[in-house]
Order: sequence, then C-alpha cells, then structure tokens
Amino acid sequence: MSFLELDRVAKQFGTQTVVDDFSLTVGKGEFVSFLGPSGCGKTTTLQMIAGFLDPSRGAIRLEGRDLTVVQPAKRGLGIVFQSYALFPHMTAAENVAFGLEMRRVPRSECRERVRATLAMVGLAGYEERYPRRMSGGQQQRVALARALVIRPSVLLLDEPLSNLDAKLREEMQIELRQIQRNLGTTTILVTHDQNEAMSLSDRIVVMSQGRIEQIGTPQETYERPASAFVSQFLGKTNDFAATIDRTATPGRLIAGSWSAPAPAGLAGPVTISIRPERIGFGDAGLAAKIVTRIFQGNHWLFQCESECGSMIVIRQNDGQKQPAEGEAVRLAWRPEDMSLRRTGDAA
Amino acid sequence: MSAAPTTDGRDARTAWLLTAPALMLFVGVLVIPLAMTVMLSFHDWGQYKGIEPVFILKNWHEVATDPYFAEMFWRTARIALLTTLITAVLGAPEAYILNRMSGRWKSFFLLVILGPLLISVVARTLGWALLFGGNNGLVNKLLMSLGLIGSPLSFMFTETGVVIALAHVMMPFMVLSVWAALQRVDPQIENAALSLGAGPLTIIRRIVLPQIMPGVLSGAIIVFSLSASAFATPAIIGGRRLKVAATLAYDEFLNTLNWPLGAAVAVLLLVALVLIVVGSNALIERRYAEVFR
Amino acid sequence: MRTNGPLALIFHTIFVVIMLAPILVVCLVAFTPEGYLSLPTTSFSLRWFRTIANYPEFVRAFWVSLGLGALSSLVAVLFAVPAALAIARYSFRGRDTLAALFLSPLMIPHVVLGIAFLRFFTAIGIGGSFAGLLVAHVVVVFPFALRLTLAAATGMDRSIEMAAVSLGAGDWTLFRRVTLPLILPGVISGWALAFIQSFDDLTMTVFLATPGTETLPVRMFLYIQDNIDPLVTSVSASVIAITMTALILLDRFYGLDRVLAGKNDPGR
Repeated sequence: MSFLELDRVAKQFGTQTVVDDFSLTVGKGEFVSFLGPSGCGKTTTLQMIAGFLDPSRGAIRLEGRDLTVVQPAKRGLGIVFQSYALFPHMTAAENVAFGLEMRRVPRSECRERVRATLAMVGLAGYEERYPRRMSGGQQQRVALARALVIRPSVLLLDEPLSNLDAKLREEMQIELRQIQRNLGTTTILVTHDQNEAMSLSDRIVVMSQGRIEQIGTPQETYERPASAFVSQFLGKTNDFAATIDRTATPGRLIAGSWSAPAPAGLAGPVTISIRPERIGFGDAGLAAKIVTRIFQGNHWLFQCESECGSMIVIRQNDGQKQPAEGEAVRLAWRPEDMSLRRTGDAA
Repeated sequence: MSAAPTTDGRDARTAWLLTAPALMLFVGVLVIPLAMTVMLSFHDWGQYKGIEPVFILKNWHEVATDPYFAEMFWRTARIALLTTLITAVLGAPEAYILNRMSGRWKSFFLLVILGPLLISVVARTLGWALLFGGNNGLVNKLLMSLGLIGSPLSFMFTETGVVIALAHVMMPFMVLSVWAALQRVDPQIENAALSLGAGPLTIIRRIVLPQIMPGVLSGAIIVFSLSASAFATPAIIGGRRLKVAATLAYDEFLNTLNWPLGAAVAVLLLVALVLIVVGSNALIERRYAEVFR
Repeated sequence: MRTNGPLALIFHTIFVVIMLAPILVVCLVAFTPEGYLSLPTTSFSLRWFRTIANYPEFVRAFWVSLGLGALSSLVAVLFAVPAALAIARYSFRGRDTLAALFLSPLMIPHVVLGIAFLRFFTAIGIGGSFAGLLVAHVVVVFPFALRLTLAAATGMDRSIEMAAVSLGAGDWTLFRRVTLPLILPGVISGWALAFIQSFDDLTMTVFLATPGTETLPVRMFLYIQDNIDPLVTSVSASVIAITMTALILLDRFYGLDRVLAGKNDPGR
C-alpha cells in the first residue's frame, strides 16, 4: 500500500534537468534510500518532498493527498540535514522543543517529550548543553531527536552520517536502524555511501544523472544490477567482453579459455558482469596472472591480468594458502553468479 | 547540499519587498540630490541676482580655462598620489611584519594600527598640527637633534605637511587591504620556497610581493580616492591658502556662495574619481584574474 | 621566515610610534596645567577638561552628535537588515545593481554628498534642520550597517532556517527566533560602526550644520580654523576616549579586523 507517492516528478533549473521522470511509492514504515554520486539529483528530490523546492512537473502525494500545495512549514516532515543545522543559540533541549512549541504543545507535555526523545537517542543529561559544546556524533543525535520529537509522518535524512568518522558512522547506522524499526517511522535517506544504503534500507533507489537506474532491495541491486552503472556503483565488479557461439549445439558462452552453456535468448557479443568475491582460483577457466596481491585483514585482494583484460578477485582470509604475485592462475565462477548483458545495452 | 539557487517569481517579489524601504530612501535622498547637483553646475550665478535656473556652460568653461582651477586640481592629484605612494611603501611592509607576529601581539598591534581609522579625523589632524606647530614644533626639534636637518622646515600650510598628515590618516586603509591579501596566502608557501633554496629577499620579491600586489593596488585605489577628496586634513594643515578640490568647493558654497561653480568643481571631482577608480579596478582585475579566480 | 628579524622590528616600532604620536600628543597636551599649548612637564591638570563646561556650544554639539549618531545608525540598521537578507539569499534580476547603489555612499566623496544634500534640502525647504541632517547621515552610514549584516547573513548556514521551517515555523517566528539571533553579532557591529561613522563625520556635515545643529566635529573644526588652544585638545581627548571605548568593546565582541574588512562571518 502506498503511503508516500512520487509520480513522474521532474525538476528543471533553467534549461538544465536535474531530476527527470522520478516515480516511486513508499510503504508506511518503510526505509528507502536514494543512492547515487553527487549531482545525481537525490538531494533535489528530497528537497522537493520537504517543500524547499517546487517540482517542475509531476505530483507528490502523502496518503493520497497532494503534498505540493502544502507550505513546507505545514508538511509535518522531520528532516535531518547534512550540517545538522542545529540552532546554535539554543540548548539541546530548546532545539528539540522548537518543533513542539510551533505546534503549541502544552509546556508539561513538551518537557516530557523532549526528555524522552533525548533519552531515546542516548543523550539523557545533555539537555542544557549548547551545540557548539557537543561532539559531532552528539550533535547528530540532537538533530535526529529534533526531527523525531514532532512524530513526523516521514523522516527525511540528508547525508546525516557523512560528517562522522568511520567507526562512529557504523555505530550510528546500527542505532538509526533500531530507532527507525522501533518507531516505525517511514524514512527516506539520501546518501552517496553504498554501504550505508545497504545496511539501513528496505529498498534502494539508485540514481544517476537525474534518473532512476534501479529500485530494489539491497540484495537485488547488488546481485542483479539492472545496468552497468549500478554494478559499478554498488561495490567492485568485473565487466568484460564474451561471445555466444550458436554454431554448435547446444550453444556456448565463451570468454577466453573459460566457457559455459549459453543461456537462452542471447547471441553474438555480450558483456559479462561478475563480482570479485564470486571468482575462485581453479584448475580450469580463464588464464590469468597475479599482478598485485593486497592483504586487507579479513580478505585478500588480487589484481590479475587475464585473457579478457584486467580483473579483480577477492578471497576470504580463511587460512588457506593464496597464490603469490606473478603466479599464473585459472579464474572460474558459477554461471548463476554472473549477469549478462548484450554489449552496448543500457550503460 | 547540491541544490542550485532558484529564481522563482515569488522569491523576486519578496526580495524587492524587503529592499523597497532602502531603495526608496536611496532614490529619494541620494539619486535625486546628486542629479540636482549636476543640474546646479549648469545654472548661472551673480553676486546680486543669486542662482538663476538656466542651462549654460559658464561654470564648466570657467573650470576648464581658468589656470587657478588647473593648478588646484593638479595640486589635489599630486597630494593624493604622493600620499598613496607613502602609504604603499610603508604600509605594505608593516602589514607583512604584522602578519608574521604571533597571535596576541598580532591582534594587539592590529588594533593599534587600525583603531585610528575610527578616531575623529579632526582629532588626528589636530595632533599633526600640534607636532608641526611652527618652527619649534616637536617634529622639527626631533629632526634637528638627530642632525637630519640644519634649520627648521615649515610643515604647516605646506604640501609636505598635508601629505604627511594625510598619509597618517590613510595608512590604516592600506595596511588593512594588504593584510587582507596576506590572509589568502598559504603560510607554508614561504617554507616551500625556502626548501627550494630561495633566500629571504628572493622570497619577498618572487613569492610574497606578487601575491599581495592585488591588495596593495586595491589599497592604493582606496587611499587615492579618499586623499583626492579629503577635506579636514587639507583644510586644517593647508589652511586657506593651500586649496584642494574639496576645500575649494567648500569655500564656493559657504563663503563666496557661488553654488553653481562649487557644484561644477564637485561634479568634476566625482566624475574624475569614478573614472580613475573604475578604470584601475578593471585593469587590476584583468591583470590578476588568473591569480584570484 | 616565520619570525621577524631585528630590522623588521625596528621598522615596526618606528611605524607604530608615528601612528600613535599625533593621537598621544593631543591627549597629553589636553592635560597641560598651563594656559597655552604645551606638553605637561611637571604635573597633569584637568583644568582644560573643566573649561569645556564654560563653552556651552561644545556641550550642545556633543549632545547633537550623540543623538544624531544613535538615531541615524538605528534607522540605517532598520533599513539595512531586510535589504541585507534579500540580497544575501535571493538571486533576482537587479540584485547587483541594487547592492552597488546601497554601497555607493562609500565611493562618493563626502564633499560631493554634502553639496548634494545641501542643495536638495534647501530646495525642499528643510535646509539646516535636524531632520535633514538625520536623513543625510542615515544614507552615509547605511553601507556600513549593510556590509556587516550582509556578511553575517551570507555566512549563515541556510539549512538552519530550513530546519526551523520544517519544524513548523512561520515567516515571523523564523525571523525572530532563528534568523535574527544568528545574524545579531553582525547587526550590532554594523550598528556600532555606523554610529562611529556618523559621530565622526565632518566633511559632509560641515555643509549641512547650522549653529543650532552643529555636531562636535564641525564645532571643533570651526574652532580650530580660528585658533588652536588646549581647550580643543581636551575636547579631542574626550572624543578619542569615547571612540576607544567603543572600539575595544567592538573588538571584544566581534573582532576588529572582521568589522573593518567586512569579511564573511565564518559561521560555525
């Protein structure tokens, strides 16, 4: 059932189209991420939902009602900004209370809700602190509390974790996910970090140059990328040319010394896309030579020069002996782990 | 935030609404009076008939042909140019020295040097009048005791005195302008030059000076235009005999009461300054467009 | 290359001495016990400060300057804040022209402004009035108020305002509770700078002031034109003391270099 609906939304600045033909339905309680490189239109889309920008075309509906005619101040959405945008001249408690004040919530209820929300984000006892005397992580929590205390119909997160260091970011991801699960708040996250999108979201909207490339669960978008862009953007991937030979029966898919039974429906030149961790070293397969070998703790990363060009292979550090630099190897993988595209299709 | 600024009609309306009070004030009390002054410079004036609202070129003709005005404008330009030169030659090194000081000294001396900017020009010029004060003024006593001069120099009512006092009044503008340029210079850049084998003089000449030159030049424009239109200092130090453009216009307005002629002098001053400022700004921007893009 | 050598420090010392000398000499002479211009050698005396009281025109001029400065800077700020907000946040056609117009009094010689105002006020029949003087001062100090407010408004993180709007704040609440508190340091500094500019202005005011509306700088200037005696030094010393106090407060509050250079507030 659709809770928030974007229907062929587009935004133009002058002659430049920043977002085009954006359609998405978000269910109640769902956590959806807009993922893409900077300039892909994800923040613009978020700002249209928030009401800071008006769409040039298309409709945005919340529970069936047109949202674009509602003033930003009346939309009742909670927003966490990349810069946190805390009010520097107000204490943490005053920051959180601001939205309740605007809603004329009675003083005593307001105080109670502020206290409870700050406690929920782990900031009990920090009520009287001013933002500039708090760490980045604490400021981030205040911003989250401020957005959540008004019980927003939708929570909008604009790169909320990008200013935190790596360790803190991971902690906050887990915490954010727990809070969102507990409250059941419909949430939209804008991010350029694929790990963040995958670990937090129910569904990911991958965007590029103002258009949606793919909408799917984290697993779908990773395992079955709909385009070369998606496969490149979500993690490392190997793309290389292969051919399907229909002269023999049954037909064969051939890439260098590696071959497999051809799948139905395709012929001629194709592109194989395979994740580096799905490639194994075997006795038969694509001939390659290890160029560099990098140890990364829980896994090894190999850069190989193969018959079909440069390839990356990732092997778990399971204690087994790994091939050395300069060693000749054979690369093999299961046909069901790769995805095939006709060459020249949907870049 | 990757959103571009919008130019919705709604925004433009709000913007004009917010600026409307100030705009009305400026059109009513600045644009119209300036236009009236330009008009005034074409009016006629006589000792007994007063101002006659006719359109004649008499005042402009007088300003253009009477050598008295030519001399006065040359003196104004000379004083302004010398003042600019002195502030640049002394102010730029001082700004550089200031910038190399450690935190607390830096802000203390910055306050000492920039502070006078906000102290009444009359009070500052009065100080110079006291220092110059006739043949046995403090400056003369000091210079003679140092053996730099044999007999007292006269500073009051001379161009030398006006230039010295004006340079003092204008100095903060130059220091400020160069100092602002220095803030954009990477502090590591001198170490980089040092590591490449450059000596201190080479570093100043090849590394520092080219980078602060825009600051020196924009400071020079400010100092020149303010010096050329200065009133208090030339009036107090220069006295009634040593006229510059501003004091001449003052006399025409408040003593001779020949307003149209005074207006012509003022308009000429304004036009000359605007041309010089806009012209040199354009030159500097073209010259340094590459450095500060 | 990071520290100054002895030559640089000698240059610096001489430079600072020369910068301070005229101001110091005025302040010292003001304390002379003698009846003529001289540096106090044996004792300091306040006689010339007491003498000011016998010259009601100086006292009156001081009050005129104070009132004029306070009023004109206040009015200028009231006009400047909305204008600065509009210029800082909206890109609309004519914005650059508007900003140039608002800053133009900085570029126009004050002698020209004085003449233009004198001509205009005489023509509309308010020549020599306090009202005319006030309006003229508002225009002249407006750029100072605008520049600092503009710097504060430009340096402000716009998403803070967006956050307030998303939490339900209306236009007026947004301004009163969020925008104004955030730009307040800039506004107050702009007001203070505007006040000092109005308080110190001579060149323009000398054209407009009549015996009833003479400001302190005008009175001092006209007095010096006739003769220089210790009285005018004690008046000057008082003016310097007032300005220095304002200056130190301004420096503590906002940073003098930022006030004078009109640089952007780095925000938070």
